[in-house]
Amino acid sequence: MKQSGKLIAAIASTAMLLGASACGSQPGNSSGSKAEGANLTTWAITDAPWHPMKDAFKEWNKDHKDAQISEESFANDAYKEKIRTAVGSGNAPTFFPSWGGSPLTDYAKSKAITDLTPELKTDIQSKVLDSVSAEAFRDGKLYAVPTGPVQPVLIFYNKKVLKEAGIDSAPQTWDELVADVSALKAAGKTPISLAGGSKWPYLMWAAYLVDRIGGPEVFNNVLKGKKDAWSDPAVTKAMGMIQELVKAGAFGDSYQSLTADDRKDTALITTGQAGFELMGSWVYTDLISISKDFTAKDLGYVPFPTVKDGRGDPNDLTGNLSNYWQLSSKASKEQKKTFVDFVKAKNYSDTMVDAMLKQGQIPPVKNIDSKVKATDDGSGYYLWLYQAAKKAPNYQLSWDVALPSEQSQAILNNLEQVFLNTMSPDQFVSAMNKTIK
Amino acid sequence: MRKTHQRGTEKTLHKGPSLWYALPALLLFGLFAAIPLVGVVILSLTNWDGLGAVTWNGIGNWIRMLHDPLVLNGLKLTVILTVVSWLVQTPICILLGVFMAGKQRYRAFLSVFYFIPLLFSSTAVAIAFKNLLDPQFGLGKALGWKWLAHNWLGDPNTALWTLIVVVSWCFIPLHSLLYQGAVRQIPQSLYEAAMLDGAGTVRQFFSITLPQIKYTFATDSTLMIVGSLTYFDLVYVMTAGGPGNATRILPLDMYLKGFKSYDMGGASVVGVVILVMGIAISLLLNKLSGSDKMESQMEGV
Repeated sequence: MKQSGKLIAAIASTAMLLGASACGSQPGNSSGSKAEGANLTTWAITDAPWHPMKDAFKEWNKDHKDAQISEESFANDAYKEKIRTAVGSGNAPTFFPSWGGSPLTDYAKSKAITDLTPELKTDIQSKVLDSVSAEAFRDGKLYAVPTGPVQPVLIFYNKKVLKEAGIDSAPQTWDELVADVSALKAAGKTPISLAGGSKWPYLMWAAYLVDRIGGPEVFNNVLKGKKDAWSDPAVTKAMGMIQELVKAGAFGDSYQSLTADDRKDTALITTGQAGFELMGSWVYTDLISISKDFTAKDLGYVPFPTVKDGRGDPNDLTGNLSNYWQLSSKASKEQKKTFVDFVKAKNYSDTMVDAMLKQGQIPPVKNIDSKVKATDDGSGYYLWLYQAAKKAPNYQLSWDVALPSEQSQAILNNLEQVFLNTMSPDQFVSAMNKTIK
Repeated sequence: MRKTHQRGTEKTLHKGPSLWYALPALLLFGLFAAIPLVGVVILSLTNWDGLGAVTWNGIGNWIRMLHDPLVLNGLKLTVILTVVSWLVQTPICILLGVFMAGKQRYRAFLSVFYFIPLLFSSTAVAIAFKNLLDPQFGLGKALGWKWLAHNWLGDPNTALWTLIVVVSWCFIPLHSLLYQGAVRQIPQSLYEAAMLDGAGTVRQFFSITLPQIKYTFATDSTLMIVGSLTYFDLVYVMTAGGPGNATRILPLDMYLKGFKSYDMGGASVVGVVILVMGIAISLLLNKLSGSDKMESQMEGV
């Protein structure tokens, strides 16, 4: 009798513990969201450029009491790691963002997301810039909805710092950039701010140089998985030029630990400690929030310089195209309807476009030239960026997003060693060739 | 009186409490440790990218991982981190523990300060140190001390050593606390007897304190070594394995393989390696220190 009493107590206490733990094991359904009926759940990023999208949810929710969108925000890197596991385990929200590229391909291939071609194809193709909308298609089917601003990478610089070092105009060619680097170094500044601790800023240099030297085909061959695609002479030459720049002290002596997520790289520009930075247009929102005066007066911008005898078009861009919403394949018919209606009514609506422009972000929307021009702060940056994105003959998506995850980690790792001078251009090429299967 | 009491405890100890008492813990252990463990071993024999189908790969991942320079590099760094952390922390912790065990007021007062690092979350500590050590915006620049403005976390030659210093700063309080408890348990009569025999403080420390904290030493070393083997958060936040893999220790390598490259099979191999190392070392330490015999230290007292 006594023994069985103990047994019951043990079972009861265990059951209690298990019950308690079961409550916490539903990550997808957290935050008390109501993902039933026509209601939707979504995840977003905490960064400021996402505010216009979140405002669109609020606006929608006001008029649609029976089809609410509830949103939960995460930090950029945390989100990227979380979403993959959530999708893989079937706990993803009804719709969620990506940056296109290989994750989008993976989602489409594993049938985790919904084909939206019949509902949204014409709508999106008529509204959104072609280079940006093209990334939303896989095998001719529309799997994603562009949202958010266009985000090419360009060179920002501090005019005051350049002037103090005796540089009158921004560099147009690589040789001019190298000359400016030594002038800035002589003036006691860090010539170029580079957030090496975050690793991905290294990619921007490699992506632009390879494009300027060898044209878009070089990296397209890599994407196609062509054998020994990295052996193209443009890659070796680009890596050599990077190492020359490092040896010339272009990035100062602390770039290896400088990180981008705490904006220290941009702070070097705004505080006048560094001259140039190669960065995505998304930092512009931070720059105007620090000081509108600075962006209007002292901030310069210039496309990536051309390389002598290079085959790439000087108008080619690299960087992120935009953000994309994917609708989970678990969404019900009603939820799909809510999503499609929301996209048609609120995505890149006039309110959203205005809110983006106010932040210094350029929406990839067709025929808004006059609107973009009207919001310009006097530097001409807004219209220049909009037109650059529109006319770019090749707009290469960031390498780490475009490549399959294993290859993108390999290139981040190997490229860092090129920048640290612990790997020669030839070693880089052979290490990267090994990742192509 | 005392004798009967002792015999009583001995008897109950021998029989022990009902095994049913272990059931809740056992079930939880099974659910959250044993089952995932078996899962990881199985996963290490498959290919999985976290999204698509899981396909069988046999020992392919094992062969690939054991030839992977990143894994070998991680193994080397983990061994260095573990051994050096242990060598640095143990003497400091024993001395601090002995110091804090004294009953004087000022010692209790200072103990509070020694204890502070333990109260901070390690992510907060990592972010704080990363900013303090920053050569452009950190302490070195602010104070104008050239030697401190070195790029501690960005220089492949200093990054790992800097991490060891920060890890030690975080964990010395915990281990000192364990030693403090151990020292306080040593019967005062031993010291009194030693004093009568004319032994000085140094002699007392080596002949009484150190031998008496033998088992704490074994327990604490196990905690420290197994802890260092699985060390992750501070390193991830401060360097993320960089610069150029100089701090890519094994657990970090596992994480990056699993959740950045989505090579779940390869990451599971690394996970199993860490696990086997941890179990082997703690068993070995247990054997070496003789604490598995559980003999009393109080004999004759």
